[in-house]
Amino acid sequence: MTDAKIRIQQVGKTFVSDRREVEALRSVSLDVRPNEFITFVGASGCGKSTLLRIIAGLETLSRGEILLDGKTIDGPGVDRAMVFQHYSLYPWLNVMKNIKFCRQLKVISDTVRGDGDVETASGRADALLSLMGLGQFADAYPSQLSGGMQQRVAIARALMPKPATLLMDEPFGALDAQTREVMHDLIRHVHKLEKTTILFVTHDVEEAIYLGNRVVLMAPRPGRIDSIYEVPLPAQRDQDMKLAPEFTALKREILGRIRETSGMQTDLDQLAKLTAIAG
Amino acid sequence: MTAQLSIASTATAATSIESEAPAVYQRRARWWTIRGELPRTTVWMLAGAGLVSPFILWWAYTALGLADPLFMPGPGAVLERLGRWWTSEGLLTDIGISVWRVMTGFGASALLALPLGLYIGTYRPVQAFLEPLTDFIRYMPAVAFIPLVMLWVGIDEGSKVLIIFIGTFFQMVLMVAEDVRRVPMTQIEAAQTMGASRSEIVKLVILPSARPAILDTLRITCGWAWTYLVVAELVAANSGLGYAILKAQRYMHTDKIFAGILLIGLIGLLTDQAFRWLSRRAFPWRQQA
Repeated sequence: MTDAKIRIQQVGKTFVSDRREVEALRSVSLDVRPNEFITFVGASGCGKSTLLRIIAGLETLSRGEILLDGKTIDGPGVDRAMVFQHYSLYPWLNVMKNIKFCRQLKVISDTVRGDGDVETASGRADALLSLMGLGQFADAYPSQLSGGMQQRVAIARALMPKPATLLMDEPFGALDAQTREVMHDLIRHVHKLEKTTILFVTHDVEEAIYLGNRVVLMAPRPGRIDSIYEVPLPAQRDQDMKLAPEFTALKREILGRIRETSGMQTDLDQLAKLTAIAG
Repeated sequence: MTAQLSIASTATAATSIESEAPAVYQRRARWWTIRGELPRTTVWMLAGAGLVSPFILWWAYTALGLADPLFMPGPGAVLERLGRWWTSEGLLTDIGISVWRVMTGFGASALLALPLGLYIGTYRPVQAFLEPLTDFIRYMPAVAFIPLVMLWVGIDEGSKVLIIFIGTFFQMVLMVAEDVRRVPMTQIEAAQTMGASRSEIVKLVILPSARPAILDTLRITCGWAWTYLVVAELVAANSGLGYAILKAQRYMHTDKIFAGILLIGLIGLLTDQAFRWLSRRAFPWRQQA
């Protein structure tokens, strides 16, 4: 009981759309260990983002319960930071002020006792800024930054209040392949450095394996956990591991399983017809 | 670290390449590209030409003697009348009283519409309660309220201000509410996951995020305030630019009607430019996208 950082118990979510009930999640259960890096993959509609948003407290659940450090989650909180898929930065604040945004909030400033804490906080903002390689861009506005740099600011901002848990909802989905690789190593580094527990939703299986200690595969209609894979890679990862046989084998296995659970497949007969027409 | 920095440098390199695209290609594509860009000087020249050309047509039409000067005076006559209005017919007083009425009516309207719009756009119960009502009143023509306003308030200053208020307030509330609703949900949710309270989200996220759009709404509704001012002054006043235009009609001073209309247009244009300038000054982060 005590060894789980997050305990997801029989969670169900039903919402009404067009007067029809849609079951987004059905009895999802999962124990997340402290400092674990869990990645979620699955065909669209499997509810992986919904699950993450419920853990963040941004959405309510219909059935079951989620415990964080043994306490039921009821709404968003500083202990769980979230990085969003689309740019959530505040365009009217420069990079530094975006990162320091949480310092204006009462929940945070209440914990600040004296000048020493304020200094530590400024130091942390500076440290995060250089960790993200944004040292020269402290005064830049988000609109002046590339997509990858904007997401690095968003990660720094999320890390600023020292959250024990980091929730990431397809944070690198809009980035190009090279930028993503840099971001992957960066986020692994943060995971090690800050001892953060990370839950990471993605549609990219390679990303999921490279980042995760465990890959949770979810299936749609209704959204549920289909299978969980332990990633057979050492804690210290590097890009060459993506070519290792155990990596590619796991990738093939997961991709195959997603294809089976998605309920979608390429209609080869139809394709043949199209080819005939084109010819 | 070096890898991260190199991303930054390639990003800037990419933009500089775009701006240094082959000159020949640019020149050909420039004018009629869909949503294309133009050099600043060309934009100013086109704007100037657009503003001046109707005046040249007008001047040519009257100079050639094609129009009866009683019904259509030339630019020279209008300018001359403007000078006389300035020196002996109290032009400044007329402008002053009209500007004061617009500012009071528009200001009162903004003062009430901003918080109300903010609440409608932020909290669903307020929206459900007030929005249909506002929509209903919005469709009642403000001009139709003039007889009622005159019965209730009389024809002193209050009635003009009230008509401007009725004409702008209900539109403004709905537009501000829409501006507030357009604040991206992720900006709000990001603050929630950092532990922000409701009032903190309104103060630190929704308001600053919606501010440029709200200023734009004020700019647009300020134009409408001028329209309702003239309507109010035409019907129920004994001073101001609108009243001067009405009086000029009685005495067949067509040149003064022209002068008055042009003057109101000019004041509107200046106000509009002032709002745009303010927007550029207050929101420097908005341009650099």
